[in-house]
Amino acid sequence: MLALTDITLNYEGRTILNTACLNVARGEIVSLVGPSGSGKTTLLRVIAGLEQPIQGTVVIDNKLMTGIPTHKRDVGLVFQDNQLFPHLCVFDNIAYSLRIKRVSKALQIEKVNEMLSLIGMEDLARRDVGQLSGGEAKRIAVARALVANPLVLLLDEPLTGLDAEMHDRLLDDMGALLRARRTTVVHVTHDHDEATRLSDRVVDVRTLGQSGVQLQ
Amino acid sequence: MNQVASTNVAPSLYRRSARWLWIAPAVFLVLILVIPTTAIILRGATFEGFRDVLNNSTIKQALWFTAWQALASTALTLIVALPATFVLSRFTFTGNRALQALITVPFLLPTVVVGAAFLAVLPSQLHYTATALIVAHAYFNLTVVVRIVGARWEQLHPGIEQAARTLGASPFAVFRTVTLPLLRSALATASGVIALFAFTSYGIVRTLGGPGRATIETEIYTRSVLIGDMPGAIALSIVQMIVLTALLWWWAKRHRDTSESPQISVAQRSPSTRGQIALVYGIALATAAVVIAPLSALVWRSLTRTTPGATRFTLSGWRAVTSSTTLSAISTSTLFALCAMVIATVLGLMVALGVAYGSPRFVWLERISVLPLTVSAVTIGLGILITYDTTPYDFRSAWMVTPLAHSLIALPLVVRIVLPVVRQIPRGLQSVASTLGATPLQTWLTVDRPLMSRAIGASAAIAFAISIGEFGATSFLTRRSSETLPVTISRLLSRPGDALRTQAYALCVIVVVISMIAIFLIDMLRPSRKAK
Repeated sequence: MLALTDITLNYEGRTILNTACLNVARGEIVSLVGPSGSGKTTLLRVIAGLEQPIQGTVVIDNKLMTGIPTHKRDVGLVFQDNQLFPHLCVFDNIAYSLRIKRVSKALQIEKVNEMLSLIGMEDLARRDVGQLSGGEAKRIAVARALVANPLVLLLDEPLTGLDAEMHDRLLDDMGALLRARRTTVVHVTHDHDEATRLSDRVVDVRTLGQSGVQLQ
Repeated sequence: MNQVASTNVAPSLYRRSARWLWIAPAVFLVLILVIPTTAIILRGATFEGFRDVLNNSTIKQALWFTAWQALASTALTLIVALPATFVLSRFTFTGNRALQALITVPFLLPTVVVGAAFLAVLPSQLHYTATALIVAHAYFNLTVVVRIVGARWEQLHPGIEQAARTLGASPFAVFRTVTLPLLRSALATASGVIALFAFTSYGIVRTLGGPGRATIETEIYTRSVLIGDMPGAIALSIVQMIVLTALLWWWAKRHRDTSESPQISVAQRSPSTRGQIALVYGIALATAAVVIAPLSALVWRSLTRTTPGATRFTLSGWRAVTSSTTLSAISTSTLFALCAMVIATVLGLMVALGVAYGSPRFVWLERISVLPLTVSAVTIGLGILITYDTTPYDFRSAWMVTPLAHSLIALPLVVRIVLPVVRQIPRGLQSVASTLGATPLQTWLTVDRPLMSRAIGASAAIAFAISIGEFGATSFLTRRSSETLPVTISRLLSRPGDALRTQAYALCVIVVVISMIAIFLIDMLRPSRKAK
């Protein structure tokens, strides 16, 4: 489903990834771990097309992504700090991608309500996003990325900053949700425990490059 | 919610489209600002011409009068505004916010209207004197002190003053030895701003100054339009440009040095003792009366006519408002203000987006968009007048030239309002939108535009208000067939006859109402702290 080949990345003038390769199968959940500054987040941004690698290619669903802008890649990205649209309510945040794709009003309502019930937040549809708790905001951010059924879902430290109880509950809920939908996921975290609990496979980002280790 | 923008500063999503945004504002600035001011400098740049002009006794007198009235106006403003500043920044009381808003009103009124209001409120012996001029300048600039010094005063921890009290200082000694030194930098900044405004004052001087009370600005008008002494006018506007640039440079430098991170106000408390209550409400009411008196005098004088020995009620002034000339002035002003509003907002938006999203090299665009501030409105008017008066196209007599000049004056303010808002929009939101399938244009329309709509609305209202009241450039460019309200008011006031005055006052009331509506909109639309 997703294939990264020979990706080289610079960050602030220093090479952080050298000829990295990674393959992710359809419906597989892969966690990338590694210390901060090791290029995990940048790699996600490269997959999303928000950043260009120095060299290397990204292939999603057998299509070469070089030169394809973010909005045509059909990926979902959940940011560490959620980045909910402050001018839109919960419902409109989730409906955003459906609206952009000019999905009919009726279908929008159906799909958003389905997402809301999946994350257990039906009664918050018209809530201002500024009034959400950290856990609620996170659920909305995941729902917003999932509603359009992206080919690959990218999760950037999705559970950082939540208290322990909320972290564990959300981790289980999210895992169940992603598996039920057979979503292909690349998950970035510095928390090994979180990685093993969520994913099918844990990869240390430092082993992706240089040594030429190929991970299938 | 975490508001941190994505840490990686990748080139903006809009970089490609932002590449072209500089063209229209740059062409506009070159045509309306750079070419006209260059024309002034080129025509006036001979040393002999300069020396002759500066040796002229009328001009010497104007330079001297401009300087000393600016200093006197600054001093009087401080004296009148400091008690109100003290009360507003130190105490919470019923009407605190209303008084703050009220004190802002004079600053936002067209200068010609401020002048007219003082003709209305002052006894006729004081008309056309330096005193009238200085008092009107103080009235206009009250808010500068309240805002700048008040912001600092609010931050002074009352503990510092209490410590001085416990060490044996009397209240006056505390003020002199503790409070005043801590406020010094804010006082200097405020004084600089007031001196700048008084130095370049034009509308108030034209209305209230009268013969022998000329400032550089009115002297430029007299020489170029009334007596046809272009070399004199040009030399004076060069002097004016030099002084303005120097003052603004000093101010910008100082502003950088003294910029402090905003703190939460700690000092405000309710007045507790009887003496405090009397002091606070006494000062508040007196200040409110000072602000309201000239405005109510305008209304009163628009409804009455004074004949020797008697004052009688009349509606003739208001009836004359419906005459074809004044109605055409109202429609001209409204049309110009709408044009200026659209042009200034669109160009200001282009500058802000170009600077925020274009390549880092576009910083120059931000810098040159501030240039109109370093040139007085009168100089802009004069520059356009002498540049575009010849073939191939007599641009000067095209009606569009006035709203274009107004747009130029409003442009720096629009950029100042919109640019910080654009910069505060987290890049992450744009990235999210594109991962959700939005094209750059869709992203701008669905994410950026709604987040900056309040700022756009506020700058449109400001551009409208500036254009409605603009008098400096307009007085050079106006044609009899397309007079604006301030020009009509000024013309009516300069002619003898009580009937014309009554009519001018009625027009002033109309302008005040229009400006008030614009100000109210600005206040409603001011970007709220929450919406980021």
